[in-house]
Amino acid sequence: MSLELRGITKTFGSLTANDSINLRVETGQIHAILGENGAGKSTLMNIVYGLLNADSGEILVDEKLVDISEPIDALSAGIGMVHQHFMLIPVFTVAENIILGHEKSSKFGVIDIDAARLAIRKVSKDFGFEVDPDAIVESLPVGIQQKVEIIRALIYEAKVLILDEPTAVLTPQETDELLKTMRELKAKGTSIIFITHKLREVREVADQITIIRRGKVVAAVSPTTSEGELASMMVGRAVDLAPVKHKHQIGEPILVATNLTVRDAMGTAIVKSVNFHVNAGEVLAIAGVQGNGQSELARALINLESHIEGSIKLAGAEIRGSSIYDSLHSGIAFIPESRELDGLVGSFSIAENLILDLHDQQPYAKGINLSASTVLSEAEKRVTEFDIRLQSVSDAVSTLSGGNKQKVVIARELSRPVKVLVASQPTRGLDVGSIEFVHERILAERDQGRGVILFSTELDEVMALADRIAVMYRGEILEIVDSGVTRGELGLLMAGVVTKKASA
Amino acid sequence: MRNSLAKFLQAIKLPGLSFLMAFTLTGLIIAISDAKVIAKFSTPLEFIKSALAAIGNAYLALFQGAVYDVNLTKGHTFIHGFYPLSETIVIATPLILTGLSVALAFKAGLFNIGAQGQFIFGAIGASYVGFHFHLPIGIHILVAALVGAFFAAIWGGIVGLLKARTGAHEVILTIMMNYIASYFILWILKTQSFLRPGRIDPIAPEVNQSARLPLLAGANFRLNFGIFIALAAAVFVWWLLTKTTIGFKFRAVGANGQAAKTAGISVPFVITSTMMICGALAGLGGAVQVLGSTYSLNTDIAGSFGFDAITVALLGRAQPLGTVFAALLFGALHAGGRTMQSSTGVPLDIVLVTQALVVLFIAAPAFVRYIFRIKKLNASASLTSKGWNG
Repeated sequence: MSLELRGITKTFGSLTANDSINLRVETGQIHAILGENGAGKSTLMNIVYGLLNADSGEILVDEKLVDISEPIDALSAGIGMVHQHFMLIPVFTVAENIILGHEKSSKFGVIDIDAARLAIRKVSKDFGFEVDPDAIVESLPVGIQQKVEIIRALIYEAKVLILDEPTAVLTPQETDELLKTMRELKAKGTSIIFITHKLREVREVADQITIIRRGKVVAAVSPTTSEGELASMMVGRAVDLAPVKHKHQIGEPILVATNLTVRDAMGTAIVKSVNFHVNAGEVLAIAGVQGNGQSELARALINLESHIEGSIKLAGAEIRGSSIYDSLHSGIAFIPESRELDGLVGSFSIAENLILDLHDQQPYAKGINLSASTVLSEAEKRVTEFDIRLQSVSDAVSTLSGGNKQKVVIARELSRPVKVLVASQPTRGLDVGSIEFVHERILAERDQGRGVILFSTELDEVMALADRIAVMYRGEILEIVDSGVTRGELGLLMAGVVTKKASA
Repeated sequence: MRNSLAKFLQAIKLPGLSFLMAFTLTGLIIAISDAKVIAKFSTPLEFIKSALAAIGNAYLALFQGAVYDVNLTKGHTFIHGFYPLSETIVIATPLILTGLSVALAFKAGLFNIGAQGQFIFGAIGASYVGFHFHLPIGIHILVAALVGAFFAAIWGGIVGLLKARTGAHEVILTIMMNYIASYFILWILKTQSFLRPGRIDPIAPEVNQSARLPLLAGANFRLNFGIFIALAAAVFVWWLLTKTTIGFKFRAVGANGQAAKTAGISVPFVITSTMMICGALAGLGGAVQVLGSTYSLNTDIAGSFGFDAITVALLGRAQPLGTVFAALLFGALHAGGRTMQSSTGVPLDIVLVTQALVVLFIAAPAFVRYIFRIKKLNASASLTSKGWNG
């Protein structure tokens, strides 16, 4: 089945999210849509799936005009979508989730789950999936949950499948598995629209690539295009994909964690007695698939977690058990995982957010009074230094783009005397240009002799920045390896497979 | 200048429209609850006429009872016409203070239902110092008011400490603390030290002359110095929130506690100190009521000042200036309601209906926006829900 979009335009107020977009997906084609955050990819897909309605434009399925104003219209036209955040009920079984919204009952109103089981088995057989219809969804690995979503789309006879950032939550192995599945679907004649910002995957699997920038189609290219070219087309200027890492002298251990355990409120250990250290002038990456205790470990380093055991020594001094304030002011800069939730006060101005940590210190505070003029003038300095793009430092920080918000967080955290920078997923959700900036900044801190602990789920980022890599799996550090490790080895470690003894 | 006017209009749009709708609905209730109006139901024109007359008379009486009374008694001058306005201010005075208490808590992300209990402790403290001690004029007022505020600060601080230490929800805590305060005052008024000599009913001795807030417009008016205390408190809250490092912490925790915590701001400190200051403000309300208006402590001293405070703070959008205006408006409703009852027979309770409707509409901004087809304001629209979710 082919899908064609003609002149799709959608505006939100003064913002044109989609500007007369033309796109054609052939039968059995994997069509990648590449673009930065906010480029309009999701808006376009939501229009195709009927979650949003276009201001103008046409959607054609098999050369015939269709009217899609709600998801049900998309489904009946043969368009299915797997969302980035799964639309599954965790406590239901696979079969129950699949019939959700399409429940058929047999006599006496008894729900007919057997039909669903049969359908799941059939689709699984046809496409080579192994999914147990009676498994509880929450007990399944993320990769399998995603397959459940795909099966659901296939059972309702989707001939065009939209995959929205499907690899964001997967391990490298699961990603490979998904790419394999995509090829199988393609062989059976299913068309796939693959939305992503990961260049490697696009080049590996796509037949056709459409690049969207600021709501417009800027290029339609073949997958032989180099990663560098793809990136520059996405951003609109030349970008440095691999930051330059200078060789330099690595110093003494600056932060040492010994037998560090972090428990949740129920007393369950989330981080299990980990040992690691970071040297001055070194980037220690802590890699791992999302949800293996990295977030908690990062937070524990500034005592944000409530139940921490073991020892954290910063430049020889024990800081475990200190207040968050003291941890930060003893020399740790902390870039939290979620800048919206933990990094910034959205309704506060940019200037106020820049002094969230320093507001009661000189020169901002004079006694109990907060000097508004100093706050503004210092903010201007930071804005220049970190190249934060804004209209006025008095605007609410929530008006900034993701990249500029992250710059505000980084600017604030680096305005204190820093010994160690703890960065938790510092480039999550950022566009290529901002990622470049963050990477350069992290390496600059390293080159100035600070220790950097980088928590990241992005393999490329870890490989590009780290001097040593610690891999976390189920709350433990499996191994700490040198940066010379291959992607394959790292991928296996992230999946919990230990191949060789620790080398560092 | 034009910009700030536009901003001001934008800020009062929603509360203003809520008030308008509340008055419209109240008007309908006044009309249909009037037997004379209902009697004319068969003739539509007469029905509408009499309905409008009933509503008009009631609201005219409300206005005369709240602002200016044209029907002067013989021998009274033009000035006496303002007696209703002075009553409005007298009723508004404690309301401003309790309203500020709730508003400040909102700014720090807390929902202080406990202004009632804090008010009671403020009144108890001020009353005891007022009748038990003999101090020079001025100093006596100061000490009595400060002791009242201090008692209430402790009362509020207990809630803050419990929430900060155990995570207990302040809404539940303050409601329970209100019960304790209400029964505590019943008990303390029966103790030897609070019993008025020669009386057996629960009423405390009157405070000494030296502890009474000076009257501002002579003995015929109840208007007293308390209004200046209330206005000064409003300025204080504004200053605290916008100009100080403590206010910065309060607002940061109120707007995004998680980010504030991550940046090293002590959330337990903010919760405890906010509740103490809120307590002190409501307690000052109680003190002002005793020292400026009733002069003695009785079981009904708090009336509904602590509960109306929530409405007042919501109507004032948790802004100090807004709270002052909202309290004056409520003072006017209460003062005018009495006149409305006595001259047109519309029960005083109808004022409560108006108040309730105002809260209803303010708590449902989406509904008001829908009625008047207003686009969503992105200003502090999240304020109210924030308060409720704690």
